[in-house]
Amino acid sequence: MSWVNVCGYQVLQPERGVCALVDGRQVALFRTHDGVVHALGNQDPFSGAYVLSRGIVGTRKGEPTVASPLHKQVFSLVTGHCLDEPAVTVPVYQVRLDGELVQVAVSV
Amino acid sequence: MKKIVVVGYGPAAHRLVEALLQRGFDGRITVIGEEPRPAYDRVALTSYLSGVSAEDLSYPVPEQAVVRLGSRVTGIDRQARVVTVEGGAREPYDVLVLATGSAPFVPPVPGAEHAYVYRTIDDLDAIRLAAKEAADGVVVGGGLLGLEAADALRSLGLRTHIVEMSPWLMPRQVDEGGGSVLKAHIEELGLSVHAGAGVQEIVTDDKGQVAGLRKPDGTIIDAQVVVFSAGIRPRDELARASGLEVGERGGIVVDSAMRTSDPDIYAIGECALSGGMIYGLVGPCFTMAEVAADRILGGGAGFEGADMSTKLKLLGVEVAQFGAMTGALDVTYMDPVAGVYKRLFISDDAQTLLGGICVGDASPYTSLRSFVGKPLPAPPSDLLFTGGGAQLELPDDAQVCSCNNVSAGAVRSAIADHGCADVPGIKACTRAGTTCGSCVPMLKQLLEKSGVEVSKNLCEHFAYSRAELFDIVRVRGITTFSELIAAHGDGRGCDICKPAVASILASLHNGHVLDGEMATLQDTNDRFLANIQKNGTYSVVPRIPGGEITPDKLIVIGEVARDFGLYTKITGGQRIDLFGASVDQLPEIWRRLVDAGFESGHAYGKALRTVKSCVGSTWCRYGVQDSVGLAIELELRYRGLRSPHKLKSAVSGCARECAEARSKDFGIIATEQGWNLYVGGNGGFKPRHADLLAGDLSTEELLRTIDRFLMFYIRTADRLQRTAAWVESLDGGLDYLRSVIIDDSLGICADLDAHMSQHVATYQDEWRATLEDPEKLSRFVSFVNAPGVPDPSIVFATERGQIKPVVLS
Repeated sequence: MSWVNVCGYQVLQPERGVCALVDGRQVALFRTHDGVVHALGNQDPFSGAYVLSRGIVGTRKGEPTVASPLHKQVFSLVTGHCLDEPAVTVPVYQVRLDGELVQVAVSV
Repeated sequence: MKKIVVVGYGPAAHRLVEALLQRGFDGRITVIGEEPRPAYDRVALTSYLSGVSAEDLSYPVPEQAVVRLGSRVTGIDRQARVVTVEGGAREPYDVLVLATGSAPFVPPVPGAEHAYVYRTIDDLDAIRLAAKEAADGVVVGGGLLGLEAADALRSLGLRTHIVEMSPWLMPRQVDEGGGSVLKAHIEELGLSVHAGAGVQEIVTDDKGQVAGLRKPDGTIIDAQVVVFSAGIRPRDELARASGLEVGERGGIVVDSAMRTSDPDIYAIGECALSGGMIYGLVGPCFTMAEVAADRILGGGAGFEGADMSTKLKLLGVEVAQFGAMTGALDVTYMDPVAGVYKRLFISDDAQTLLGGICVGDASPYTSLRSFVGKPLPAPPSDLLFTGGGAQLELPDDAQVCSCNNVSAGAVRSAIADHGCADVPGIKACTRAGTTCGSCVPMLKQLLEKSGVEVSKNLCEHFAYSRAELFDIVRVRGITTFSELIAAHGDGRGCDICKPAVASILASLHNGHVLDGEMATLQDTNDRFLANIQKNGTYSVVPRIPGGEITPDKLIVIGEVARDFGLYTKITGGQRIDLFGASVDQLPEIWRRLVDAGFESGHAYGKALRTVKSCVGSTWCRYGVQDSVGLAIELELRYRGLRSPHKLKSAVSGCARECAEARSKDFGIIATEQGWNLYVGGNGGFKPRHADLLAGDLSTEELLRTIDRFLMFYIRTADRLQRTAAWVESLDGGLDYLRSVIIDDSLGICADLDAHMSQHVATYQDEWRATLEDPEKLSRFVSFVNAPGVPDPSIVFATERGQIKPVVLS
């Protein structure tokens, strides 16, 4: 596993996701209101389109979430589980801050 | 297979056919109607003159029935069981139903042949034509139909007189006191009432044209149009000629099964004489139709007379009568200043309610009608003063909807057993409220009392409806989502409340939708100012106001589409949609479009989309107004206006309605005098024709009315509630809407006007503003760590010479 620099922390606007290309994979990054950064796979498993980073970030019963912009299924930013259809999940990537730099872990 | 022939095609006949089919009748039904059109709603006949079309008034024609329009039945051969139709056609039957209705009574006075009657659409057409050459009109008959006819003449611009034999108006519904209050109301509208007067003759001038009506005292009322509306006579001539038993004063005698003296022949509606009575109200006629259908199919239903209670609004005055019109005791409330008269009749022991009369305020009717014959639910003075008291508990057997004979118990069961949670649900389940609609407030009360908890909360984050949130934001001057949710909500929002709040903030402040935190509230479409498609690409729709575009601009769109390899399609709103753009391409595409003079079409927003138009009077030989010019003016006025849902509009240059304006949220149809404004139309999943809100408006009046309509909608509608559903949800419907935005009953019009002026003054093209802001532009990248690298997941194939998306799984 290695950490890949993605972008500056300030580039991440609270509750507005972005997508990063990490080792050929599309990773959706979200900075929540409390300042924590989450990383999920960008592909929406329901439609197959790579769009989750463009969904609306919010909370459901306190859990941070993103809603797919295509058909509004809601995913946990923590576990990657779809809260509307628990059998469906998206990958969760480890993410950390190195100073001002956001880094995502990819398995080698 | 059984053959049923129905003679006559009015509301009763329609209801009979419907009832037969609903009960599973699968034989042959033939309906023979004299009028050239299918059955229509005569209760709403007056609306025909204000622009509602004959098609809109018509009941749907059942596909399973054979319908012959414009055909008159000339005879019945009861032995052979065959009816003969004018022209010689013969129609055999197993069961015959006579639903021949009634004809207006025209008294045999000299000149009566010059008078008009008020019953059919053809009658209205004739009156309308005659009114064009006239200044004064007189209606003979001051009953329910007479006042409707008077309203019609008034709406056609005539100085209108009403002549009534009885000493006061509507003698069958109100007493003398009520009549005097009613007369005052009607005279205030500029109509003249001649009560206690008869007709001696219709006077003509030397050219044979109608000049007036002479009363028995010799005085003449000048009038060029005379309408008789002095009662009805059952159409029993066919029955009479066939030897069926008829009443002394007319009407086909029927038993409680609606059967005539020939057991294979039934009679229903206004031609039937049941228990010595002719019923001229639609409610009892529908009940007769249901009873006959049940009996024809072997059931045991019976018609045992009907509640003749009436509640209506004539010339803007509410009039209602229920139960008896006399009693040992009575309690009267009269306020001549406010024009209100209410009287209750009570048994001699002061325990039982016998009936009541209301003029100017019919609220006791709604709450008290069901208590007729039952113990008084409260002291009579309370009942009169509180408007009847909405808190009264209705007994289960109380009739709520008299048109469709639905009891309070049936409504309660629809709520409790069938899960109906709103008025439309109850309507669909029980039919209550589907005919005249006067019981809808009662349905609402029953719903509320049943404890059905209809949560209006927007989502888990806000315990408020959208309208409530709108007020909170407006009154407290809130400008950001974070401020709002911290003070009035919970958590950090979701895909429901964030766009809703973004829309409220945009409606109120009209700032850029991507400014600061606003950008994080937006759905992806507003966030990228384009419409997301199934593969994650976006489509682009430049604004083409009114659908008018120069060849040069068309060429620019074509060049942009070609250079960026976009799929192009003409939209239903007279614009051009360019598909297949990646987020990185959007700013480059828009730079080209903005340079050529285009601006955002807001196809992505809950906002004004497009104002469609037909080509109008500039080119079209039928056009009466410049529909394209108005459409452009409207589109430019309301562009960018954020609202609870998308807004569509159209302008047609004449009544042919080529722009399909009545399927729009606000549609305008040109008239010779100006513009008719229709609101609440919808296509899509649940099509709805827009309702006429106001007619013959000048352009200035039109803009003002639309301004207020839109702003009132924006303030009070639910999230994602189109105007169609919103208009239907308004308590008091269109009348209420008119009172608010035309008569300013809430005193908010100045505020609504100012709000719209602010919108118009502060509009900016959000694409141009985005191109000028490097921070906003920096967000249009596929990958934050690799700007300029295209998204490898976006792949296209080719179809019919253009691209199509391929989704990689």
